[in-house]
Amino acid sequence: MDLAFTAEERAFQEDVRSFIRDNLPDDIRHKVETGKTVEKDDYVRWQRILNGRGWLVPNWPTEYGGPGWTAAQKYIFATELGASPSPRLIPFGTSMVGPVIYTFGNAEQKAHYLPRILSSEDWWCQGYSEPGAGSDLASLKTRAVRDGDHYVVNGSKTWTTLAQYADMMFCLVRTDSEVKPQQGISFILIDMNSPGIDVRPIVTIDGGREINTVFLDDVRVPAENLIGEEGKGWTYAKFLLGHERMNIAGVPTSKRKIADIKDIARAEADGAGGALMDDMTFRRKLAETEIKLQALEYAELRMLAAESAGKAPGAEASLLKIRGTEVQQAITELTMEAVGYYANPYVAESFQAGWNEDPIGPAYAGPAAPVYFNWRKSSIYGGSNEIQRNIIAKMVLGL
Amino acid sequence: MDFNFTSEQQLLQESVERFIQDEYDFDTRRKLAGSDDGFSRDNWAKFAELGWLGVSFSEDDGGFGGGPVDTMIVMEAFGKGLVTEPYLPTVVLAGGLVSRHGSDAQKADIIPRIVEGELMMAFAFAEPHGRFNLADLHTTATADGGGYVISGHKAVVYGAACAGKIIVSARTGGDVRDSDGVSLFIVDGDADGLSRRDYRTVDGLRASEVTLDNVRVGADAVLGPVGGALPLIEEAIDYGTVAVCAEAVGAMKVLHDATHEYLKTRQQFGQPIGKFQVLQHRMVDMFINYEEAKSMALMATLRVDDEPAVRAQAVSAAKVQIGKSGRFVGQESVQLHGGMGMTDELNVGSYFKRLTMIEVLFGNTDYHLNKYAAA
Ligand SMILES: Cc1cc2nc3c(=O)[nH]c(=O)nc-3n(C[C@H](O)[C@H](O)[C@H](O)COP(=O)(O)OP(=O)(O)OC[C@H]3O[C@@H](n4cnc5c(N)ncnc54)[C@H](O)[C@@H]3O)c2cc1C
Repeated sequence: MDLAFTAEERAFQEDVRSFIRDNLPDDIRHKVETGKTVEKDDYVRWQRILNGRGWLVPNWPTEYGGPGWTAAQKYIFATELGASPSPRLIPFGTSMVGPVIYTFGNAEQKAHYLPRILSSEDWWCQGYSEPGAGSDLASLKTRAVRDGDHYVVNGSKTWTTLAQYADMMFCLVRTDSEVKPQQGISFILIDMNSPGIDVRPIVTIDGGREINTVFLDDVRVPAENLIGEEGKGWTYAKFLLGHERMNIAGVPTSKRKIADIKDIARAEADGAGGALMDDMTFRRKLAETEIKLQALEYAELRMLAAESAGKAPGAEASLLKIRGTEVQQAITELTMEAVGYYANPYVAESFQAGWNEDPIGPAYAGPAAPVYFNWRKSSIYGGSNEIQRNIIAKMVLGL
Repeated sequence: MDFNFTSEQQLLQESVERFIQDEYDFDTRRKLAGSDDGFSRDNWAKFAELGWLGVSFSEDDGGFGGGPVDTMIVMEAFGKGLVTEPYLPTVVLAGGLVSRHGSDAQKADIIPRIVEGELMMAFAFAEPHGRFNLADLHTTATADGGGYVISGHKAVVYGAACAGKIIVSARTGGDVRDSDGVSLFIVDGDADGLSRRDYRTVDGLRASEVTLDNVRVGADAVLGPVGGALPLIEEAIDYGTVAVCAEAVGAMKVLHDATHEYLKTRQQFGQPIGKFQVLQHRMVDMFINYEEAKSMALMATLRVDDEPAVRAQAVSAAKVQIGKSGRFVGQESVQLHGGMGMTDELNVGSYFKRLTMIEVLFGNTDYHLNKYAAA
């Protein structure tokens, strides 16, 4: 057993590091560092830069544009990317629908959609959840009825992340209501510019605008946009959920944020003549979070090792989601606690890049509370943490 | 032992709760929070008319002779409505200070006007680098002629924008964190040299950074003993803390009930989600947390008139409980509502945010736990 990387791996790490350092545009870096809203154009620019280097889709097979990396390289890349002040990679195209298309799509679909994902020409959103179907996704009601060489889709999808930017939506629809719920679901790709689509924003508790409701009213979708077979959508959706294990825990980003908290705690007074960083109560809480993060990191490494040895991780990966989001949430709590009273001023415009007034308190304090509120989402989405625990109970522990 | 309200207190509770129910629904509150002032002056006039602005002041001063229990009743009901009117800064903090420690002239000038709804006030006690230490003061007041000249920066002052008078803590002597040398001044909101930067807060209220640049006040602006006001400030903050504990209890009650209802109505997997045992236990823990919070808020209310050491210990204990319960109840309410809990449209998020800020206000959970442990 050896924790150290090989010489080649270290060289690769250096490569990744310097590439990010030299190519991450300053304005984008600044937004991420100061907690400003990252806009569509910022995400797309950064994705294109990575794609230019052939690094946008580490997990894709080489024939579709993947870099052909070892598990260790993928890990190193994800770590370096997460540690850098770069925007998160929007997963819907690259990590979600892309793998479904190259695994279950036909030749035309692959040829049409995959290059457009790589070039960021299409922004994808995920149309799974509905008002009545969240945790119980299989109960979804949006219907697609075949009409000649089209499907006519009616229903509504909700909580759809960044649908306001989207060109395409991959969508679970009911094509058969006679069979068991799971068997009547199909996976189709819908052009967001189709007549009958109405995207309405949902403001989140932090004031953010990242989710939407998507109403579909007699939307005509070409039949060729069906992925695989009718009625197999549930299988593809489950494949997708199981596909992207890497980085689900968000370890590198959490490490970066813990370093940020330390900077804040060194700048904040403790009210006794020292810095908050001298306050043992605060330090202990920070230490506990760091230790939790370490346990998570090593759980992830162990799963990675098992994966390299050919044992695909199964439902254990749910623990990465549970602990990963718990650590993220703990970090946002600590950040908010660190800034004290200055967590409270809320200047909505201050999150826009153009805002150049003086912040009310220290610049790092402005985003602290909104970020804390916003991250409550992480234990809800992507299969809530209750559902993840159900999965472990059932699939791992056989209870 | 008697945990019963007097008949006057029962009437007070009924009238405040009825007002919240009939005239302060969530949409109304949202509109108020988004308005220019952030609250309604008509409501304020109504509070005066109904006597709520005077409940805690003695009859001699022009009030109605109530005490901490009456304040608790009002604040708990206000917590249920997330009331944005500046009751806490005006009546509880500033009004309380004047009524306990003001000169006869100050009381005669100020209390009746508060009770009538003609004067709003704020208490500027925090500074940018003081964290929760009330003595950590860089603001100075220098004797000059018969009066004082005050300069400094006070942080996150709730209700300063509408305040006709602001009570300011400042150093007349001693070093930054010394107990001695702290004084209080009643400063006009529009005094020369006083400027404000007003803003909204995440909990839907209004606060300001208040800068004093050589603000001149007369000797009659001094509230309490010159150089010896720290105990007064600590006492005022303890009264304020007890009041927000009651407010938090009201807010938790709303979250508790909303989540309880949601568990019974939201269907997933062909049944109400409240049928899942894991969620039942979470709801039970919310219930227990709410009950603990209510007990401790009451305990502190009944102890706040005691001698300072007893008072401070009781207040810290309650604040720790409210901080923990508020965080638990707030987070769980969002979680158990799933995606709905993340929406600004639902009331849950607003209560969660207010509870979060109450945890910070007057010292967070860690601060009060350490204070309690060290006493
Ligand atoms: C910010 C955000 C972004 C999102 N983005 C997308 C997106 O892009 N595309 C998309 O399709 N969806 C998206 N979602 C939706 C997300 O996947 C759902 O919110 C989630 O599946 C939960 O569903 P629900 O909101 O209907 O809650 P419900 O399923 O109604 O759950 C309510 C509560 O009950 C619990 N619960 C439910 N069933 C059980 C059970 N059997 N045992 C124990 N507890 C249970 C849940 O854990 C939760 O606490 C997003 C959600 C959020 C908050």
